Amino acid sequence: MIATESLSKRFPRVTALDRLSVDVGPGVTGLVGANGAGKSTLIKILLGLSPATEGRAEVLGLDVATKGAAIRERVGYMPEHDCLPPDVSATEFVVHMARMSGLPPTAARERTADTLRHVGLYEERYRPIGGYSTGMKQRVKLAQALVHDPQLVFLDEPTNGLDPVGRDEMLGLIRRIHTDFGISVLVTSHLLGELERTCDHVVVVDGGKLLRSSSTTDFTQTTTTLAIEVTDTDEHPDGTRAVRDALHARGVTVEDGSGLPGAGHILLLTAQGEDTYDLVRDVIADLGLGLVRMEQRRHHIAEVFKDSDENSDRNNGEQRKEAVGHGN
Amino acid sequence: MATEQSTRTPATATGDTRIHNIGYRSYDGPRLGRSYARLSLYSQSLRGAYGLGRSVKSKVLPMLLFVVMCVPAAIMVAVAVATKAKDLPVDYTRYAIIMQAVISLYVASQAPQSVSRDLRFKTVPLYFSRPIETADYVRAKFAALASALFILTAAPLLVLYVGALLAKLDFTDQTKGFAQGLVSVALLSLLFAGLGLVIAAVTPRRGFGIAAVIAVLTISYGAVSTLQAIAEVQNSGDGIAWIGLFSPITLIDGVQSAFLGATSAFPGGVGPSTGEGVVYVLFTLGLIAACYGLLTRRYRKVGL
Repeated sequence: MIATESLSKRFPRVTALDRLSVDVGPGVTGLVGANGAGKSTLIKILLGLSPATEGRAEVLGLDVATKGAAIRERVGYMPEHDCLPPDVSATEFVVHMARMSGLPPTAARERTADTLRHVGLYEERYRPIGGYSTGMKQRVKLAQALVHDPQLVFLDEPTNGLDPVGRDEMLGLIRRIHTDFGISVLVTSHLLGELERTCDHVVVVDGGKLLRSSSTTDFTQTTTTLAIEVTDTDEHPDGTRAVRDALHARGVTVEDGSGLPGAGHILLLTAQGEDTYDLVRDVIADLGLGLVRMEQRRHHIAEVFKDSDENSDRNNGEQRKEAVGHGN
Repeated sequence: MATEQSTRTPATATGDTRIHNIGYRSYDGPRLGRSYARLSLYSQSLRGAYGLGRSVKSKVLPMLLFVVMCVPAAIMVAVAVATKAKDLPVDYTRYAIIMQAVISLYVASQAPQSVSRDLRFKTVPLYFSRPIETADYVRAKFAALASALFILTAAPLLVLYVGALLAKLDFTDQTKGFAQGLVSVALLSLLFAGLGLVIAAVTPRRGFGIAAVIAVLTISYGAVSTLQAIAEVQNSGDGIAWIGLFSPITLIDGVQSAFLGATSAFPGGVGPSTGEGVVYVLFTLGLIAACYGLLTRRYRKVGL
């Protein structure tokens, strides 16, 4: 879908992308990076709107430097910022955008009705956009990116400004864009947990450099951490402690989940296959405690960032902030 | 992509008797590309300049101005027919000059709505993430506003012409005058559209855009005609023509009095000579080109 080869973008004072080489296949791909990591710059280059200083990139097998228009006909783009005029209805706006993508008038109307329904806008689509909630506006933005049935969509921070429910709905929608619509997705975010749930593949960039590119399963299943919470009983006034001691006795290292919500009541341990689950179950049953929860805490993508932060120097970080100004 | 093909085809061929198929349908129809998109943007903007396809409220002003433009022409025609006059009370070329306030008002109200909205609400990136490019956008918007202005300024001329023919005035004379009038308003439309769009494109807030366009058009005209009047009083006749270069409406006035047989509205009724007229034409065309250039530059910067 997307291939870049030592792609660099330098502005007079900052380097937004630094010899980035990455391959993205079909499916949902997350592009993760802190603000100013070069995500928006990368999308701009991939749309053929901004020439790269060095290196080359291909989208759908087309060179971005020479085939920009052909690429833009086949991809959709949902920007990060507001981009909707308030005084027209969603239908009118999306029809217009469909025609801008080259769809004949009748097809533009049909596709608009279909697409708005798929993103979850019904009766309200005839009302002016000015009265929409943030969640509805995000849906209209998504609809205009999908209306011409692209092969690939770039979604820049689609969950920005949404409440937790809206966020979940949007992520579900993004997942469906691939599974139901058959459209590949490149979605950016600085919230890592989100992408972990939604994406097949995650590309992490930082300071314009590729930090890591691998499938989400690789990211999250290298270690499985179990979180356990138990009840207290009269016999064991501090159930958590009792479980920890019992597990220690069986030779399992347990940490308390300090720093997590409910710290002091949560135990974290590394699961070594099926046996660990059984062991935990037995230990708790023997103590006669109630098991409130036992869940897999997936190794968070955030930890990838932790490693990199230690390496990068502050100075670099300041430069990146300026890159945001240029990038937008 | 092999697996995607199967998910993309709706499951209607499987023989199950489902009535509703609300699954995703892919689009295999034609994609008409850049020139079609440019044309669509042109027609949408042109319609928008008269409030068509927009709210009722935004139809009021352009339609009202259109009527205000045409009514005097209709009255003149009625008078000419009734009194069996030998000529129309006003030349074709003079009409736009007389009605310049209405034209300015129209430019001031419609240029910002055409471009400022896209800038203000950041819709521009959505256009440029599609096949059309900066030049397409600028050309479509420029052409749309110039066409809208041409409709506004040519319609009353058409009324005059039809009326003149009904009043059985001399056909050759009237046709010549009408043609000269059309050339003049075409030039005026391009110039005013260019100036209006450039000003509107640098003022994303619509209110400021309107004020700025009105200010530029009226202040320049006011300043130029004052200076011309002073020059007239001081008998420096040469100065009058050169001063006229500095306001759009006197520029058009100069061009048409030099080449399109119009009587000048300059003080003393003396328009530019042929030599000065050439400068006027070059200056006008240069200004239109400059507006186009500035717009293209502006939008190259706006980008995403």
